[in-house]
Amino acid sequence: MIPRPKPERFRLRRTMIFMSSQKPGLIKDAYIYGVDSIMLDLEDAVAENQKDAARFSLYHALKTIDYGDTEVIVRINGLDTPHWKEDIRVCVAGGADGIRIAKCESAQDVKTVEEHVLAAEREFGVEEGRTLLMAALESPKGILNAYEICSASDRMFGVAISGGDFRKCMQTKFTPDGVDMMVARGQMLIAARAAGVQCFDTVFTNLNDEEGYRAEVLQNKAMGFDGKSLINPKQIRLVHELFAPTEKEITQAEKIVRAYREQSAAGVGVFTVDGKMIDIAFIPGAERTLKLARACGLYEGDLV
Amino acid sequence: MQILKPATAGTLESSDLMVTLEPGNGGIELSLTSSVMNQYGRQIKKTVLETLERLEVKDAKVTVVDKGALDCTIKARVECAVFRANDASAENIPWGGVIV
Repeated sequence: MIPRPKPERFRLRRTMIFMSSQKPGLIKDAYIYGVDSIMLDLEDAVAENQKDAARFSLYHALKTIDYGDTEVIVRINGLDTPHWKEDIRVCVAGGADGIRIAKCESAQDVKTVEEHVLAAEREFGVEEGRTLLMAALESPKGILNAYEICSASDRMFGVAISGGDFRKCMQTKFTPDGVDMMVARGQMLIAARAAGVQCFDTVFTNLNDEEGYRAEVLQNKAMGFDGKSLINPKQIRLVHELFAPTEKEITQAEKIVRAYREQSAAGVGVFTVDGKMIDIAFIPGAERTLKLARACGLYEGDLV
Repeated sequence: MQILKPATAGTLESSDLMVTLEPGNGGIELSLTSSVMNQYGRQIKKTVLETLERLEVKDAKVTVVDKGALDCTIKARVECAVFRANDASAENIPWGGVIV
């Protein structure tokens, strides 16, 4: 058995790749791609009559395969199906880092899952509170209730929007500029930040449209997403590349943090760095840039 | 566990295997074919038989068609087939009990 370290609620999650739990060929070597999180799927990627088989396969994968630093999340079936309770039992028993609640629409959905997770932790002798949660918002109702969902549990680390189902509900289709989901993405981001959790964008499904994919990842970054859901390993590198701070951003952040510490020690609240006004409001952003740079292997200083 | 009715689990995709169970004639009767028979035949057979023993299956006709599955997949497919043969694969699985 491979003992997994205790999951971190807030860690780097730029990329989260979907893998069907029913496909041994996929899940056995999912850790080699350097993705931040893998999402072993018990929901839509598994046919209705194979839900049982996928759980056996998932359990042994979790217990046997060394995923190293790659986070292992499991997407469980929706609360309107007969499957989700057993899904939770197998996730907790197998020691998954977290559970993704599909089609989440309310704080009550999160609390219902949390209750069963706690019961499973007790049943299988897993440390209480170990199993993290995240929610997928797939409907207009989910988006409208984003804040209560994000703040429904101390186990919650983030929310993700699911484009396919959301567009279906809204009677829209994919547009290259993202205008079809602009409001929903924005509302979810605001809710996530207000609740202090992470926020992830949906998948980009056209693997041949490289330009479109790049444009969407850049927009995700500009909007403030922490990361993106992926369907293919070849999508990983671009997100890591584009989400990494540039050398210029890192140098600038370093200067700001250093100057702030010196100035505030000397009793100064507002000052300039390279001609730009800086006060305390800039510091968390600069520190976050340095932390992200460190996580990406681009910063080795001692400021964060 | 007994094999109450015929049951299968798995696929013929690469890295997977297909397990078929039928009620036996007083013992385990295993028929194995594998794409990696020469290298891993004995190991696969051992894993299948150990899994059946762990689940206390003593009477079954077992057909395994392997496509280069890892041990953890072999266990998962055999267990699933046994639970399916008892109509017991959908819930309350003894994870960490006989399923280890």
